[in-house]
This record gives sequence, C-alpha cells and structure tokens, in this order.
Amino acid sequence: MHNMETAESNIQFKPETLKEIDRIIKQFPEGKQKSAILRILHMAQEEFGNWLSVDVMDYVSRLLHIQPIEVYEVASFYSMYNLNPVGKVVIEFCHTGPCCLVGAEKILKHIQTSLNIKTGETSSDGIFTLKAAECLGACGYGPMLQIGETYYENLTEEKVDNLLLTLRTKHS
Amino acid sequence: MGRKILLEKINVENIHTYDVYRKEGGYEAVEKALKKMTPDEVVEEVKKSGLRGRGGAGFPAGMKWSFIAKPEGVPRYLLCNADESEPGTFKDRYLMEKNPHLLIEGMILSSYALGCNTSYIYIRGEFMWILRILEKAIAEAYTNGWLGKNIKGSGYNLDLYVTPGAGAYICGEETALIESLEGKRGNPRMKPPFPAIKGLWQCPSVVNNVETLASVVSIVNNGGDEYAKIGIGRSTGTKLISACGNISKPGVYEIELGLSVEEFLYSDEYCGGIKDGKRLKACVPGGSSVPILPHYLVTKTSAGEQRLMSYESLADGGFATGSMLGSGGFIVFDEDQCIVRNTWNFTRFYHHESCGQCSPCREGTGWMEKVLHRIENGHGHKHDIDLLWDVQRKIEGNTICPLGDAAAWPVAAAIRHFREEFEWHINEPVKCLEKNYGLVKEPVLAI
Repeated sequence: MHNMETAESNIQFKPETLKEIDRIIKQFPEGKQKSAILRILHMAQEEFGNWLSVDVMDYVSRLLHIQPIEVYEVASFYSMYNLNPVGKVVIEFCHTGPCCLVGAEKILKHIQTSLNIKTGETSSDGIFTLKAAECLGACGYGPMLQIGETYYENLTEEKVDNLLLTLRTKHS
Repeated sequence: MGRKILLEKINVENIHTYDVYRKEGGYEAVEKALKKMTPDEVVEEVKKSGLRGRGGAGFPAGMKWSFIAKPEGVPRYLLCNADESEPGTFKDRYLMEKNPHLLIEGMILSSYALGCNTSYIYIRGEFMWILRILEKAIAEAYTNGWLGKNIKGSGYNLDLYVTPGAGAYICGEETALIESLEGKRGNPRMKPPFPAIKGLWQCPSVVNNVETLASVVSIVNNGGDEYAKIGIGRSTGTKLISACGNISKPGVYEIELGLSVEEFLYSDEYCGGIKDGKRLKACVPGGSSVPILPHYLVTKTSAGEQRLMSYESLADGGFATGSMLGSGGFIVFDEDQCIVRNTWNFTRFYHHESCGQCSPCREGTGWMEKVLHRIENGHGHKHDIDLLWDVQRKIEGNTICPLGDAAAWPVAAAIRHFREEFEWHINEPVKCLEKNYGLVKEPVLAI
C-alpha cells in the first residue's frame, strides 16, 4: 500500500535542487508553474535512482501545487521517464531507420549478447538497463546510444565493449 | 563553394562564446532593429525575404507572423521549436550546439517584430546538454544587455528561457509543443483556433523552427531583398541539410536552395557519393515523413529534368513521382538496403510516437506495423499490399494533426515505387530472409 506519510517524510530534493526548481518555476507567469513539470521530473529521475515512483510523483505534485494525476499523466506519456526501477546505467539505443542503415541492429544485438539481456531488461548485476529508443537526432553519426546526458556516436563493437567495461568498473 | 549564411562562422574558434560571437559581428542586427526599425518593418523585411518555415512545412514565415492577433493587454509569445525529432534530421542540434548566440539573436529580432516580451525555446529532452549550452549563452546575453529590461536603452523588454521536452516526436507539432510547454501530455489541439490567435496559455503565439529564427539575423542585417536574391524562385535563401545513410560523408551542410541533387549527393563538397562505391537504391530527401524516391527519380524528375534541392523541384511530379524538401533530413539508401524493412521500421516509429487521440492514427499505425513486420519476415499474404494501401489511405487526412499523414506517406510511396519488392517478399518467403532484393527497375513508359 502506498503510504502518504512515509512518502512525505522520506522524499526530499537536495537544497540546491530546490533552489534550481525555484529558478525554473519563475520562468513562467504566476499560476503557470505546471509548465516546469517536465524539467522537474527529469531532475527527480536523476536524484531518486533513475526512475519515478508513485511517491516521487506525488512529491512533485505537492511541489507544484497540482493534483497527483496531473503528474502521472505526464510521466506516462513521455518516453524518457521510467515508471519502473532500472539499473544504475540506462542505455537508450537508437533503432530508428537511419541508424539501421549503418548497422545499428548488429550493434544492438552485440550489446544484448554482451549483457545477456533483451531490450527492456536489466542486467543481473543491476548495473545496465537496455532501452530501445526512437530517433535521437544523431542520424549522421550512427549507430549511437545515449546514457544520461551523453551521446555515444559512430559506434563499433569495439567501442561498445570499451564503454561497457568502463561503466561496469565504475558502477560495480 | 556555395553561399553560407547560417554556417558562415561555424568553424570560428569559440564562436559559442559571447565575446567571439560579438567580435564577429554578432548582435549587430539587434542593434540595427532596435535603433532604426519598427517591429512592423522587421516583419516586412522577413516577408520580402521569402523565408519559408524550415521545420518541414515550408510555410512563408513573414505571413505566419502577420497572422498573430494583437488584443490589447494580452501577452504574445514566440516559441522556438527545437524539438528536432524527425528521423534523418539533425541540423538544428548542430547549429545550437556550435553557435547558440545566432539562435538567440534571431529570437530577439523575431520577438521584437512580434511584440513578445517573453519567449521560450522548447528543446527535446534528449538534448539536455544543448539546453545547458543555450542557458549559458542566454546568461551571457543578459549580462551584456541584449536580454532583460530596456534592451540597450530602447525601451524594449524581453525574457528568454529554454525548457525541455522528455521524449515525444509529436511535440514537434506546434500545438502539441504548446500543450507540452503548459506541462501536459503532448496532444495536438484542434484547429482553429490557430496558435496565432490562441496559443500558449490561450495567448497569441508563434511557433518557429530553430533554423527559421536563425535566418532572420541575416535578413535584418542585409535586408529581405538581398536574402531573396539567394536561392531559386520561391525557394529563397539557404537551407541546412542533414545528410545520412549510406553516403561517404554524412553530416550537416548548408546549401543554396536550387543546388542540383546530383551535385549534393555526389560531389566531395557535400555527401561525397554512395559509400563503398555501391549504387544508389533510393533516397528520402526531407525526413522520414516525405515520400521515398527510387534511384531513377532522385537526380532527375519524371520529365527528365535535373532535380534541384528546392521546395518546388523536389515536389515536382506530386506524390506520383516527387517528394518534398521537408525538414532537410536527406536519407540515402544503397543497393543492399531493404525497402520493406525500412518501411516497417519507420512505421514502428510512427506507431510508437502516435499520441493516441485519433483512432485512424492510433490503430492504423499499429496495423501497418504488424502487416509490414509479417511481410518482412516472410509471412506476408497476397492481399497484404492492398491492405496496407487501404489502411494508409484511411489515415491520411483523417487526423487532428499531420502525424497521421506523416505515417501514411512513407508507406504509400514505398508501395508506389517498390511494389515488385513487396511482392517478391510475399512470393519468396524463404529467399527474402536470406538476401535483399536489390534495385527496382525503372518503369518503361508507353508512348
């Protein structure tokens, strides 16, 4: 059962994040603070483990003085928000046409084999979640994937191996 | 070398910083407009320039601006569409990343022309690092007095902010963008009313693409007439083309509209030809939504005339034998690519990105994806091609926003030009899993 009181006491942005949120809300006219929701949800995801739990979404609704349903409907619409727990590293792999013309499907298969997971799954060590993403706007530099705010472009199997190794070491 | 306007300074070291941008003549257009021009005069120059929307639709920018309602005491908003998500398109990203002040300067000019005191850049959420580049540049512009209250003593006030999306192609549609900017799901609105009358928070708004707004800088600096001299006919000015797929030199190129497709595709200044010496199979010249052209219609029109990179020439022949300039996402397919697979891939994209409001799009894209998937995987039925044709016909024109059309057109064009390849998949279900079809034959016209 979802416990409102625990949620209220446990979930709290860091003070500097709250300051940043205050700055963002001020970018919109009085009473239009809801416009800040997409950006705040990005920040929430970053600060609370790469995904948005109901408790986190409820917390955001209280910050913005809107109904929880207004947060749920937004969070469930946009593909960058994870509504279930994910690994420490979320790989968004572009599998749209232009990337496939230059070998994305082969690289995707290589990642699946290396991590022993299918698209949408998390590796058994809990480090990697693999998501297939639609066009990330890097069509001339494919195959490509995104992790956090970083684009990894012109991928080869070798580049992927090095990247996975670096990330695994960092997060083990 | 073609004429460069948007990318003229792109390789100047540190052009992304205010000091270098200013030293290179940056913000002179704002100085000129605020000191010597009325807002209406700026609109007039943009009208004279013939500049057309660079996001895909190609609607004249000056005319779009002239539609904005000006009720007393109601704020107006300029919204920059930086939601670049059309497969094959990665030009705005390049411009914003490398030369953010050019967009900011274009937005100040355009906001002044429209009488907006607050403007927003809506950028796709995946480009968060570009959002940070833009915010840094905006902060520099504030510090140096180009944004904020009483800009350079002109009495004109402008605040400019950047706000992210979170992964939704549909938010590139202007009313979906507005909904998203209001903090809601990106569901396109019924029109009318158009954003120019009731847009952001029900206030008059204009939504323009990054490249369109950046082009205004040169128009104000040199005059609309000068801009109109560049290009060909009603395709005035330059256009950013993002070239990708099986070419030697993928990347973002600025071309003068009217350049021949042949030169763009084969010269070393641009795409450098098909990669690894292979033959051209097909080309989608303006982003995934526009009709695909088979190899024999890429560099020449059906009448045998040279095909040019312009709104008119790429559309020559209508959808029967032409396509569209669209967003400038130029996708090239070599002889080893499978059209059925690519059409299935694009359709999966539209199915994924459909907002779900209109049933023809929500259901139709899903059906097309399923049917294409089974044809591609050797399970197609004889009637599937007709079924696909029927479904795409029922989506086109029957939805609130153009996503439905954008999903239907690639399927229609693929069947129109590559029917024999679809039939081969159905007739040779084993072979089609092992190899690709190769080039389609040019139809011989009976005289």
